[in-house]
Amino acid sequence: MAQMIIDTANHIAGYAAKAARVKVVAAYPITPQTTIVEKIADFVEAGQMDAEYIRVESEHSAMVACMSAAATGVRTFTATSAHGLALMHEALHWASGSRLPVVMAVVNRAMGAPWSIWPDLSDSLSQRDTGWIQFYCADNQEVFDTIIQAYKLCEDEKVFLPAMVCLEGFILSHTYAPVSIPDQDKIDMFLPEYKSGWTLDVNRPYSHASLVAPEWYMEFRYMIQEAMENAKRLIPQIDKEYAKHFGREYGGLVEKYRCEDADLIMLTMGTMAGDAKLAVDTLRQQGQKVGSARVRVYRPYPVEEIANLATNVQMISTIDRHISFGMEGFLASETKAALFDVEDGPMVAGFIAGLGGRDVTSKTIERMAKKSMKWMQAGRVEKVTEWVDLKE
Amino acid sequence: MATIKDLPKEEYLLKGHAACAGCGPAVSLRLLFKALGNRVMMVVPACCTTVIQGPYPYTSSAVPLENVLFESTGAAASGIVAALKKRNLEDITVVGWAGDGGTVDIGIQALSGAAERGTNFIYICYDNEAYGNTGMQRSGATPYGSWTTTTPSGKKERKKDMPLIMAAHRIPYVATACTSYPLDFVNKLRKAKEIKGTKYIHLLTPCPTGWRYDTSKTIEMGRLAVQTGLWVLYEIENGKFKLNSPSDRLVDKAKRKPIQEYFALQGRFRAMSEQDIEKIYKWIDEDWEQYRKLASGSAPELTLYGKP
Repeated sequence: MAQMIIDTANHIAGYAAKAARVKVVAAYPITPQTTIVEKIADFVEAGQMDAEYIRVESEHSAMVACMSAAATGVRTFTATSAHGLALMHEALHWASGSRLPVVMAVVNRAMGAPWSIWPDLSDSLSQRDTGWIQFYCADNQEVFDTIIQAYKLCEDEKVFLPAMVCLEGFILSHTYAPVSIPDQDKIDMFLPEYKSGWTLDVNRPYSHASLVAPEWYMEFRYMIQEAMENAKRLIPQIDKEYAKHFGREYGGLVEKYRCEDADLIMLTMGTMAGDAKLAVDTLRQQGQKVGSARVRVYRPYPVEEIANLATNVQMISTIDRHISFGMEGFLASETKAALFDVEDGPMVAGFIAGLGGRDVTSKTIERMAKKSMKWMQAGRVEKVTEWVDLKE
Repeated sequence: MATIKDLPKEEYLLKGHAACAGCGPAVSLRLLFKALGNRVMMVVPACCTTVIQGPYPYTSSAVPLENVLFESTGAAASGIVAALKKRNLEDITVVGWAGDGGTVDIGIQALSGAAERGTNFIYICYDNEAYGNTGMQRSGATPYGSWTTTTPSGKKERKKDMPLIMAAHRIPYVATACTSYPLDFVNKLRKAKEIKGTKYIHLLTPCPTGWRYDTSKTIEMGRLAVQTGLWVLYEIENGKFKLNSPSDRLVDKAKRKPIQEYFALQGRFRAMSEQDIEKIYKWIDEDWEQYRKLASGSAPELTLYGKP
């Protein structure tokens, strides 16, 4: 019988690492991630988790230790936030370039300066081009389920890439909610023993990640791009397979809500999806044909799903808890890119909201939707990028 | 081991490696493989050995070698050691092999962390006293007065004392070595292999390309570094300091060769003045007074780590 517990998403991430039978954890504390690695330390010291726990002196070392352990043939886990993730940046490239299936929980937090410990997706989104698969979770249960799914995906020979499982600080990390923890034998059935594309092996002595001349480098990059495309195909399959085992699924790459006959779709990432659903329900009661969708996987970007979503829709409004300075939110940019080939595609408006943990409620999203509908009826997006609730 | 003839015949540094002619590190790397055998996993950050091993799809290493980020040798070794433990493969020796820049500058944090955690591995800093792979820029290990491309008129600061920084971590084994004393190096490696915990060997490796001397004189250059008392061969076992041959005979400063002999053979010391020479002599005397005390046990405590 699956066990029902009530706990924070951070602790749940720890439960997921335990359930995945992770063998090496290397971690460094940072708010609001810390309670993940504290939970794992408790599990390891209580003998409930058979793992080596390396209490490294920095996040950079955490990532390097994890990838080196993965290269030595074991499943690894780490977790970080914001500045810790930024410090890892170089090592993130090395992990994906080395094709090592490290899984990491990223507890999203705003980047300084100035200091902020509150949620914002700028930390993980600015790691967009590091070759990591990126999942964004909407609730505690999804954090558990996605970590298990991520190992299954990353260790597939068609993928062999690392993945971030992102959850917003405090909104999820420190919030208690009921979560179903499946039986260990069922997890073991779904997630077999660790597999990597290569290992350091004294009986097969290769040099790994050595200097590559221009005549080969592009091919290695192309293989990562292929792996990302493979991941895009596999994620919905793994999500479906997970549902067969455990009765839960998340729409694969994009979770849709009341989109069937919608004129307007509010497109979100992470926990805002929940508030967006409430806003949609309210607006539907008022007779407005509004739906919402959540980009669950940001890399690989679900270009085809977004394009499909756009058929028969007049407008898509993106809500970014992120800003790419000098441009707009990534969700806005990438959605527009995905719609480029859609004939008579919808209008797109980009909203920037909730930076540095500013509260975004269903009411805030209703307002964005109403503004969008006004622009939709006028046939023109008045402001390409609208900063929501900005003090004048 | 008694003589160089007792070294294994097997070669694990393969033919066709890409080191410069007269490369000190390449000579020592070959010895390292011979000393430790092939149940070894190498961790190599950005350094000359990135080039020495040869480009993809070739390699000159007959043992598995993980190329890692510049500053990450200590962390990478930590990950490998932890995974080997989980796989019951703890008989494999994990070796970090990093240059001086990758050790005393950018890599000091990860190394310090690994040492503080007691990570079971051997770390070797092969020290050619500058960033050699990028064309000789100053590092924290560059000695006073040395020309580099970023100190064109000579370095104004002294060399960082990395072995004693490592000894301050109270690790079970710290040693210095030099390419020109192969038996000393091999014996230290074999001793380190048998000790559990973090073992640190700081290996001076003359570099004809960077030090500006004739490629045939690498061994001579290392010998002069030791014979002048500028580089001192010692080991610290559980805090117990011991001078090794031939440095143990140089406590008496009359037995040390004049440092000018060493400097004169190298282009990098061309700008050295009389005053510089005097200053260096003073520093050598001060350092040796410390080594003498440590070796004789008349230091404040009998060992560097407190009372044994």
